[in-house]
Amino acid sequence: MLFTYLLRLGDNGLVLAQRLGEWVGKAPVLEEDIASTNVGLDLLGQARLWLAYACELDARDAPTLRTEDRLAYFRNADEFRNLLLVEQPNGSYADTIARQYLFDQWHVLLLAELTASRDARIAAIAAKAVKEARYHVERSADWVIRLGDGTGESHARMQTAIDSLWMYTGEMFAIDATERALVEIGIAADAQALQVPWIEAIRTVFAEATLAVPGDDWMQGAHSRGGKQGLHTEHLSRLLAEMQILPRSCPDAIW
Amino acid sequence: MSAEWPLWEVFIRSQHGLAHKHVGSLHAPDAEMAVRNARDVYTRRNEGISIWVTRSSDIHASSPGDRAALFEPSNDKVYRHPTFFPMPDEVKHI
Amino acid sequence: MYAQMVETGLKQVQDVADMTPEERAFQARIDADVKVEPKDWMPEAYRRTLIRQIQQHAHSEIVGMLPEGNWITRAPSLQRKAILMAKVQDEAGHGLYLYCAAETLGVSRDQMIADLHAGRVKYSSIFNYPTLTWADIGTIGWLVDGAAIMNQIPLCRCSFGPYARAMIRVCKEESFHQRQGFDIMMTLCRGTREQKAMAQDALNRWWWPSLMMFGPPDAASVHSAQSARWKIKLLSNDELRQRFIDQTVPQAEYLGLQIPDDALAWNEERGHYDFGEIDWQEFHDVLKGHGPCNRDRMRTRVKAWEDGAWVREAALAYAQKQAAREQAAA
Repeated sequence: MLFTYLLRLGDNGLVLAQRLGEWVGKAPVLEEDIASTNVGLDLLGQARLWLAYACELDARDAPTLRTEDRLAYFRNADEFRNLLLVEQPNGSYADTIARQYLFDQWHVLLLAELTASRDARIAAIAAKAVKEARYHVERSADWVIRLGDGTGESHARMQTAIDSLWMYTGEMFAIDATERALVEIGIAADAQALQVPWIEAIRTVFAEATLAVPGDDWMQGAHSRGGKQGLHTEHLSRLLAEMQILPRSCPDAIW
Repeated sequence: MSAEWPLWEVFIRSQHGLAHKHVGSLHAPDAEMAVRNARDVYTRRNEGISIWVTRSSDIHASSPGDRAALFEPSNDKVYRHPTFFPMPDEVKHI
Repeated sequence: MYAQMVETGLKQVQDVADMTPEERAFQARIDADVKVEPKDWMPEAYRRTLIRQIQQHAHSEIVGMLPEGNWITRAPSLQRKAILMAKVQDEAGHGLYLYCAAETLGVSRDQMIADLHAGRVKYSSIFNYPTLTWADIGTIGWLVDGAAIMNQIPLCRCSFGPYARAMIRVCKEESFHQRQGFDIMMTLCRGTREQKAMAQDALNRWWWPSLMMFGPPDAASVHSAQSARWKIKLLSNDELRQRFIDQTVPQAEYLGLQIPDDALAWNEERGHYDFGEIDWQEFHDVLKGHGPCNRDRMRTRVKAWEDGAWVREAALAYAQKQAAREQAAA
């Protein structure tokens, strides 16, 4: 169970870092290329810490085979436990920023909770990651505001992006039996309890950005049938095909 | 019609430093973004903790004759060799 | 390398007798190794040469992000992925320092980008070659960054202050880049038969273009003399190229790789390696725009810039609105 929870934490950073990696060399302005890559590097670093812990608990492999790379490169899409939100494609910069902000706002709250985890290792990783997450959410919120309250075009693009991604936000606050058990023994964070502070922060930022908060019509993946359970969108397998190709072609090779 | 972001000069006081030092410039639409971008561009290796930015157009410079005090070239260490990748002893020039 | 196609416009080095008092004072300062700063008087040809050279150097860093960025999503381990992202990000940073150095001479970044996209200025020809396998990433770090380091260390002593200081900053970060590449090559060469073959294939494709990075032979670069006098160009093409070969051949031997040059041989008398004829036709073709990736590279950069226009405009519009709001509140 702890193994699954750690994958949920690690896979978010891994998949989102992969998406940000696609922007390298192509961002709207040079300073932003550098800043965005920094976020990607932070997320990748966090993912590696979560996966390094997870692989120690991976009972499927002999101890010598358990590495972060084995988890990253040799699991199929249905074994990944990331949120549906982070695997959505980059689209335009509005889509990318919307995805980033919706995630960052949740991530910073989650990590803050996890610094109090009864599992010392989780608490330690969270303590390091939350500092980065605080910076990430300030940055992405700033961009939401600038694009929301920028030009007519940027405003329209941001609103559309938010409207499209909104249905993936419900999953962030849905707890299944696995997580509930871990919450009860003080190891996992109670994601359900993050919903109120999250929406309050969103409302504040969106108001400043002159953006409308979408209605909660339908939440994809929020009923224990989402990314956290391994039921992904079509985007993930394509992302993994690209990410995993080399080790999969030469499984015995050291890179 | 191009929307050019203004140029800013960046000054950083490092962790053990006593004063802010000019490290270079960058483009940003406003002061807040300038500070943020400065952190990303000029402190990627945690090189500093306090960041000042000012619009380049707001800098008033002395005449070239006063050059020595203000524009001292940075002569310390031309390059560092990071030890993250241990290179075999037999391999030279790397 | 960035100075390859940069002409000062002066057919011969100016004679002291023909100089105005300002020009004489300027040359004296250069001879005394005192840096020229943006607000100092400088000959127009010096300013123009530097604008072109620094800008081409900056463009090379930015365009250079693309062949390497090509393998970020496919890096074969998380550590390699992180390191490659950091390396490419460094290159963005180098481009940024260089654009800012050029801006001190009175040209805007937007103007420089427009010139690049219109084909009025160049970037290092090496980036017009494709990265076809993961081994190319190792090879680029080893050879291309290796060549860049050779070129950049002398530039730390160039006469123009902002350029020299940018180079010092760049050099600090550059040796990590070359080591990163060589480490990849070592891992491949010690690996499976397939990996070793991948490494050899990459070397076969990148060796000659790397030698071309240093520019045409000295005999064909007759107009460099003024650049040398002004300490903008500090070492000759052939000299740098020979140094590079002498340094790199033993590294290839260590890796167990074969350099694709039958004429390569140590010359005891000269104390250097003799090497084969470079195909200068290929060099000129690539410079003219007929390399494998010229069009792709430019298309990618132009698209990124144009697609990003609304983002840049939005940020500026917001800044202006904020300023107006603050003024109204005051």
